[in-house]
Amino acid sequence: MQRFINNPDEVVEDTVKGFVKAHAGIVRLGSSNPRVIAARHAPVPGKVGVITGGGSGHEPAFIGYTGRNMLDAVAVGELFSSPTAKSFLDAAREANGGKGVVCLYGNYAGDNMNVKMAIKLAAKEGIEIATVVANDDVCSAGPDEREKRRGVAGEIFMWKCAGALAAEGASLDAVQATAQRAIDNCRSIGVGLGPCTLPAVGHPNFLIEPGTMEVGIGHHGEPGVRVEPLKPAADIARDMVKIVLDDHALAAGTEVVVLVSGLGATPVNELYILNDTIEAEIVGRGLTIHKTYVGNYFTSLEMVGATLTVMALDAELKRLLDVDVDCPARL
Amino acid sequence: MSDNAARRLSRMFYRISIAIEAGKDRLSDLDGAIGDADHGITMSLGFMAVNAYLAKLNLDDTPPSEIFTAAASAFLDAVGASTGPLYATAFRRAAQALKQDECLSLAEQTAIIKAMTAGIMERGKGQRGDKTMLDVWIPATEAALNAQACNAGGPDMWNSILEAAEAGANATRSMVAARGRAARLGERSLGHMDPGAASAVIILRAMKDTFTESEPGGH
Repeated sequence: MQRFINNPDEVVEDTVKGFVKAHAGIVRLGSSNPRVIAARHAPVPGKVGVITGGGSGHEPAFIGYTGRNMLDAVAVGELFSSPTAKSFLDAAREANGGKGVVCLYGNYAGDNMNVKMAIKLAAKEGIEIATVVANDDVCSAGPDEREKRRGVAGEIFMWKCAGALAAEGASLDAVQATAQRAIDNCRSIGVGLGPCTLPAVGHPNFLIEPGTMEVGIGHHGEPGVRVEPLKPAADIARDMVKIVLDDHALAAGTEVVVLVSGLGATPVNELYILNDTIEAEIVGRGLTIHKTYVGNYFTSLEMVGATLTVMALDAELKRLLDVDVDCPARL
Repeated sequence: MSDNAARRLSRMFYRISIAIEAGKDRLSDLDGAIGDADHGITMSLGFMAVNAYLAKLNLDDTPPSEIFTAAASAFLDAVGASTGPLYATAFRRAAQALKQDECLSLAEQTAIIKAMTAGIMERGKGQRGDKTMLDVWIPATEAALNAQACNAGGPDMWNSILEAAEAGANATRSMVAARGRAARLGERSLGHMDPGAASAVIILRAMKDTFTESEPGGH
């Protein structure tokens, strides 16, 4: 595989440097920690700080969602690896406007432990950190073990709703509760057609046999629920909608937002091909689509594949989701 | 006494780092089979940071517990993932245990292993049989405590620790992952050795080599 890298061990440094140069009007590097990205305007006195953090390799997530009405700061990890407790702490410091900080992250073992340690360290400085743990990935655990499920692209909607509410001056409790409701209303599924490679490892860390696909794949290539022969996009899209909506008993007439994201190496036109059937299937189930996002919103290096996220809206979530944001990722 | 002990521990961390570096690709491959392939990279990063930090200390004035405290913060600030908090907590607990009498007697060596294991259990909320590094650390601790109870000498104690550690790592092949990223695989994690268990064996072997080498001059 041919790649645009300098030193395989410095992929994250180089990514962050180029990112900050590209979006200097919106973001800046953390003042004391190059593994933190902060919004230029942060911290805003009297506003709840909204932060997240996660491994690199998912760009534009997580850093690309830093900005006005979105995230105030992001802790940056190594490729596919949780940021350090120190980076989560420094992100909270950058975001702290004196009203507390909410950390909205993805339920991976490393993130859970590092966030927990950061909360303790922050408390010593008088910064209160509340958390919401995303668990929208339907295939990462059964419906009876929802607390074990991982957070994937649904996190973007969680950040968007929480970011908009925080910008209105809401309390820490209110922002946390809304973020929780936003992610509770999200369900996601991934389908993988080809693996990805950590540059420092140099070969794919899992295989997807040619002619097959992994249904329910995770954001780091975690195996899904089944491997089956590759089939036409319309059939795959129908399966994705079925898995997502069967897990989510939505009343007919419910308004939803749809996000179809590429995993890194799938051409955007194929995402539109998927969306053609996805839209028809969702409407066919009596739901109303308020808005659709199609593009590379939450990737996994150069994995071939796509994810589908469906979020059910209520009046407040719909209003918050429609608030304009100014962040490097296109939303 | 304390000056030798600090140097010994610093040498131990250096040994661990070299051994992890040598096993980096294997660890990443093991992780690739059931996780996300970063374990070798993460561990190597962490122990290199520990060495860089220890190199700045004046080992003549450093009590051995401080070596573990320093290792804990260096590891935690360098490594995220789950290994960062797990080993940082392990090293902190080892430092607390060493503070009792700041020496590296066999009893204290056992106390270090026991404290590290307790730290990992506390941080990760894991149990034996979850297919994690604890499947090495728990039997290693039991072997150390048994050897202590039988008044075994250092070499015998460390032989039994290593034996238990290796058996523990091998046993993870027949376990279904209950924690960490591999938990997602369920039955499909069967047959693969847990990478955290494999790196725990590497760490314990480097500890053994350090604690059983002849006194200073013998390395």
